[in-house]
Amino acid sequence: MKRVASTLLSTFALPVILIVIWFAATRQQTSAFVPEPVSLVKTFGEVWVGPAFTEQVVPSLIRLAAGLAGAIVVGIGLGLAVGYSRVLRDLLEPVLEFFRALPAPVLIPVLMLLIGIGDAMKITVIVIGCMWPILLNTVDGVRATDSVLTETARSFGFTGVSRFRYLILPAAMPRIMTGVRQALSIGIILVVISEMFAAVSGLGYQIVVFQRTFKIPEMWSGIVLLAIIGLVLALLFALVEKVVLRWYRGQREVENRGG
Amino acid sequence: MVGVSDTSTAERTRAARRTVQDGTVRPAAGAWRRRQRVVLGIAGGVGLLVVWEAIARLGVVDARYLPPPTEVAGEFVRQLASASFWTALALTLRTWILGLVIVTVAGVVLGFVIGLSPFLRRYTTSTIEFLRPIPSVALIPLAVLVFGVRVESALLLIVYACFWQMLIQMLYGVRDVDPVAVDTARTFGLGWFARLRYVVWPSALPYLLTGLRLSATIALVLAITAELVIGVPGLGTSITLAQNGARVTTVYALTVATGILGLIINLLMRAVESRVLAWHSSVRGEAIV
Repeated sequence: MKRVASTLLSTFALPVILIVIWFAATRQQTSAFVPEPVSLVKTFGEVWVGPAFTEQVVPSLIRLAAGLAGAIVVGIGLGLAVGYSRVLRDLLEPVLEFFRALPAPVLIPVLMLLIGIGDAMKITVIVIGCMWPILLNTVDGVRATDSVLTETARSFGFTGVSRFRYLILPAAMPRIMTGVRQALSIGIILVVISEMFAAVSGLGYQIVVFQRTFKIPEMWSGIVLLAIIGLVLALLFALVEKVVLRWYRGQREVENRGG
Repeated sequence: MVGVSDTSTAERTRAARRTVQDGTVRPAAGAWRRRQRVVLGIAGGVGLLVVWEAIARLGVVDARYLPPPTEVAGEFVRQLASASFWTALALTLRTWILGLVIVTVAGVVLGFVIGLSPFLRRYTTSTIEFLRPIPSVALIPLAVLVFGVRVESALLLIVYACFWQMLIQMLYGVRDVDPVAVDTARTFGLGWFARLRYVVWPSALPYLLTGLRLSATIALVLAITAELVIGVPGLGTSITLAQNGARVTTVYALTVATGILGLIINLLMRAVESRVLAWHSSVRGEAIV
């Protein structure tokens, strides 16, 4: 009981202190830039609860989901092939290095030229930008496949698809999840700035409109909403990772206990 | 076994170090194999350019929007000869370096302060974990309002995005200190500062460099983002200008230039890391996994 109380204290003490400071600091000031907590919560409800959510937030989330799904499929597919074949790896290594080093946002102007400013552009930007961490981590994961497992699978005659399904994919999974985690944060950046760049709907667009029309409290509520989305996605990812890699955790625990 | 699934950053760091090691200190490969890698690598690059050239020349994609690489290369050379390109590049690099310096100083100082005190560590964890996943691009409108197109806008984004990365690496680095080493240092009568300098600092250094390497990439992405979206002067603004002026070839040439910049930064950071950590076992390469 005492331990629970102490954990609660250490978890909530600093956030509570910060919020109190925020309250105190904004009590009698009238600076337009700094929002006041009560009115921020009120504005947040007025702006984002209701039709704005389905009109502005949902399209952004759909773009993000579609882009990430594409990046995961392409990244893992290519990564398995490149990691598995040495020739392919040698052939593509410099090209992959270049594309990994290319800062993803510069793709937006190029893709705007190639495929316009529609949803296709935004989703393509996310796919291309998020693909590299997944791809490169998959390659590393495939290459690090335990050699005893490889030999065992060979002895038991695992070939073709079943070899990928039961040996290589699971072996690379921990690394793939690391790649997906990195891709997630790149995806959020890309969806927001591609909407700021060229869009007529979406969260990034809406926030820029608030900022340009000097609706400061509304703009702040948009920033808060983005923060919440970032947090929720991070939590969701942690959950998915826990399920996908449950076997791996267990294995590590056994190994650690043994060692 | 490369273990990277855990939320533990220490584990991730170790894996990251191992990856670096894997990339830079390969076990001696035969000369033939090395030649094969170089030849195939060049073939891959040339192949990509040939496909691009063919797509552009055969009109699969409208040549107005996809100029062939030969033209882009010509434009790239012209850019290299122009003063405005170098000015823009210098501005981007200045933003990048300023951001990294601020993040490193802040991350190292706070990392030591928080990391060395179990009390502070315990009481700040929830706040750090809460603030960390907030996407830095959420701050773009705020940056525009407060700083406009000045360099501070870009710095705000860079510092917010990289600071958590750096801080967390430092916290793990400080925690990674071998307690026997600390006790030994104490026995030999090293003072508080000497222990920090000779025991804690060397243990945290690999983590610091991992944080720096990750931050270097993120900082470049956000510097370019701030230039593209906000209009902070630099390479990104040159790209938007070219795009607005319908100078398509220039857009491609500058995009390639940012890619090359990213590549140079990656190579540079890896070189710095293996140089500074030449004494460290992960780089010495004795313990090949």
